[in-house]
Amino acid sequence: MPCPLLAIGAIPLDAGMLAAAVQAAARTADASDGAVATFVGLVRDRNLGRTVQYLVYEAYEPLAIRSFERIAAEAAERWASARLGIHHRIGRIEIGEASIAIASASPHRGEAFAACRYAIERVKQIAPIWKKEYFDTGDVWIEGAVADPQDAAARQEALRRACA
Amino acid sequence: MRVTVRLFARLRDLTGFAELVRELPPGATVRRLWDDLVQEFPAIAPYGGSISAAVNADYARMNAAIQDGDEVAFLPPVSGG
Repeated sequence: MPCPLLAIGAIPLDAGMLAAAVQAAARTADASDGAVATFVGLVRDRNLGRTVQYLVYEAYEPLAIRSFERIAAEAAERWASARLGIHHRIGRIEIGEASIAIASASPHRGEAFAACRYAIERVKQIAPIWKKEYFDTGDVWIEGAVADPQDAAARQEALRRACA
Repeated sequence: MRVTVRLFARLRDLTGFAELVRELPPGATVRRLWDDLVQEFPAIAPYGGSISAAVNADYARMNAAIQDGDEVAFLPPVSGG
């Protein structure tokens, strides 16, 4: 089965496989890709002074996939030749394991890096995904951005970070 | 009309429900449904200013009208990545 470019699931992530899928998705006779950038987000053992034991992620999956599609379309609007793959893992994830893998392919490295950075910033802003942190003395839902895909200022901030 | 409500993360923990079915008058908005839920589960009231909503797995505004049979999701601030 071909590797989907945008996916959510409980199995461990493989950034290499995703990078290959992103490349393959646009490989044409004249194979114009000169760069693939990947980002892998890992579960850390510390957060806000707490010793983290593991995280449990959940997603509203159909909307999360639509959010990834939106992010890929936004990136394509800004970097016409870049293509994105986004895989997010859900369920229990141990320290040091990957929670997200992003790959972007492009003719040149600048666009590949920028699209990759943009994607992780936007995932954190608008993907309906949540992590619950289990630490030595309890557990807590982590709550970050108020998800609003129409928020132009948030999108602008993601673009600014991508191009910094 | 009858709608399915989906609640995620801490909203699910606070209410004890991942999914509910509720009756609403015709023409009711997402906000009306949220207000009904706050009446039923006062613990979720503090989320009034930070909630996002989706209708049939697409982001929607609080003033969006709901149709019979819709699935309406309420989403606390997100923390993916």
